[in-house]
Amino acid sequence: MGFEWTVALRFLREGGMQTLLIVAGTTIGIAVIVFITGFLGDLQRDLIKRTLGVQAHIVIRPAEEVARRLRDAPAATAALPQVQARAQRLRSVDQWQSLLPALEVAPGIRAISPIAAGPGIITRGDVNKTVSIMGIVPAPYVAVTRFNDSIVAGDLRLDPGDVLIGTDLAKDLGVGVGDKVRLATPISPGDAYQVRGIYDLGMRNLNRAYAYVGLAPAQAMHALPGGVSSIELAVDDLFGAEKLAARLRHTMPHEVESWMQANPQLLAGLNNQTVMTVLIRFFLALVVAIGVSSVLVVAVVQKTKEIGILRAMGAARGRIMRVFLFQGALIGASGALLGCAAGYTLTFVMSDILRSSDGTRLFSARLEPQLYLYTLLAAVVLGLLAAVMPARRASRLDPAQAIRI
Amino acid sequence: MSAAIIELADMRKTYNEGTAVAAEVLHGINIAVHAGEFACLIGPSGSGKSTLLNLIGLLERPTAGSYLLKGRAIQQASDDERTRARLETLGFVFQFHHLLPAFSALENVMLPGLMRDGAFTRQQRANAKQLLSAVGLADAMDKPPNELSGGMQQRVAIARALALAPDLVLADEPTGNLDTHTADEVFALMRRFNETKGTAFLLVTHDPRLAARCDRVIELRDGTIVSDAARAETA
Repeated sequence: MGFEWTVALRFLREGGMQTLLIVAGTTIGIAVIVFITGFLGDLQRDLIKRTLGVQAHIVIRPAEEVARRLRDAPAATAALPQVQARAQRLRSVDQWQSLLPALEVAPGIRAISPIAAGPGIITRGDVNKTVSIMGIVPAPYVAVTRFNDSIVAGDLRLDPGDVLIGTDLAKDLGVGVGDKVRLATPISPGDAYQVRGIYDLGMRNLNRAYAYVGLAPAQAMHALPGGVSSIELAVDDLFGAEKLAARLRHTMPHEVESWMQANPQLLAGLNNQTVMTVLIRFFLALVVAIGVSSVLVVAVVQKTKEIGILRAMGAARGRIMRVFLFQGALIGASGALLGCAAGYTLTFVMSDILRSSDGTRLFSARLEPQLYLYTLLAAVVLGLLAAVMPARRASRLDPAQAIRI
Repeated sequence: MSAAIIELADMRKTYNEGTAVAAEVLHGINIAVHAGEFACLIGPSGSGKSTLLNLIGLLERPTAGSYLLKGRAIQQASDDERTRARLETLGFVFQFHHLLPAFSALENVMLPGLMRDGAFTRQQRANAKQLLSAVGLADAMDKPPNELSGGMQQRVAIARALALAPDLVLADEPTGNLDTHTADEVFALMRRFNETKGTAFLLVTHDPRLAARCDRVIELRDGTIVSDAARAETA
């Protein structure tokens, strides 16, 4: 291969401006591909994070209670009394403790958090606000929702008698860390709790929605002795959540809901975005490939005489072919290296510039080595493919004719 | 007489075979070139000299006839085998130098070695330096071809043709576009390599002066050899 690499490199160097231009074109194309891919990934992740708030990726709940008919009648039979749907009581996930070992070893699940949640009222003085009273175990809950990132005052500890509330609720009630509030539920007349911390989930309605207490007090308040209303899971692959949920559904008699089912609109929006960027990337790659191909076609014509002399001197067809394939691969690889660097820079610059109305970043840039590695590989393959046609032409030149030119 | 490097029997070449404009340009050529010979091929334009040289150089395939290269039938061999035979047995010098502009003079001479070994080696470098010194270009080795004069370029081309010590060098009008003085120098160089290394040469030339200085003159006319005479050594 030494001959092929040497000649390919020399031909590219000899190409001068021609080579520089096509490498520049490839660089720009790949930079935009890298930027769009990274940007989309970051944007979607952030969008999901914002929209889902403290929603888990997968939630296991007790199956809905269904009112069954007393006897199964043939469908054709008319005059069956209407069956009224049952009201859904707050119940515990049956045998939830026994689910945990299986969930812990199931592949793809990152964290498991039992929750005892139910409706309640938070009171301070004359002010009453309805909230969901969430009984959590802080450590697993943080692992599932990264809730600790949202704590803006106080700290995330839930000793008996501690409560965490959102910024907007705290404002409504006029309380701060250390102040006392009263939590009541339809079942429990209410107890005094001390505000231990204040969270900010970035959305006003979410900041008013939840009051967090320890699991045990919540179980008592919601009349779920030893029970939990749901088990929340975080998964490794965000977009594989539904598949995982489907698998879990078969193994337990409970309702298993993925974030995709819970937010079909969000998912549809994300899918549309993904389709758009796939299209853009595809056509960018196509343009780059056509550019590389056309430059190499010209190079073959320019180098006809040299190809003839190399063939006469004893370079086999395959070698001439590889000389041009390698040029395509080299253009692809150098364009990818430069393009990745440029795309990376662009991502960080844009992350700094693009901000939503409240001044926070629209997306946070992340360095994903995998993206760059795949881009490099894809660019080399793209370069090779683009070079196939010119390389075949070069290898098929008749040396006797080529030399005469 | 030493062993024949090439042996052509009843070789014919027809262009556009099977079409209305089919034209047979070589009508049954019989020729053999032996080791150490210094022969030239003369004839008017259109007599088929270049075609014959291309056939001998394995750049084209004959329509009919047999070709033995060092005793081996080569006309039916695959393209890769013929390419390999070119690399190992033959050297080429063309009228318009045909050096690769992307490589220095020295690297041009090392190219055949690069093809054979897959890498530039120290041995190739030493060999190429020796050859370039022998053609009087010791000072111009690292220059690119476009900084060399026509005569210098042709001398590099000769050095390159000799790089892998071929049995036979085929030269198509090697002095065709050089002035008389330079042409004489280049010719003398080939002559010298013929004598010192025993490499056989087959030149195509228009120049009767040069033809007169070859050991053997093959005259081609209208696709047929009309005379093939060894000149007396004393002439």
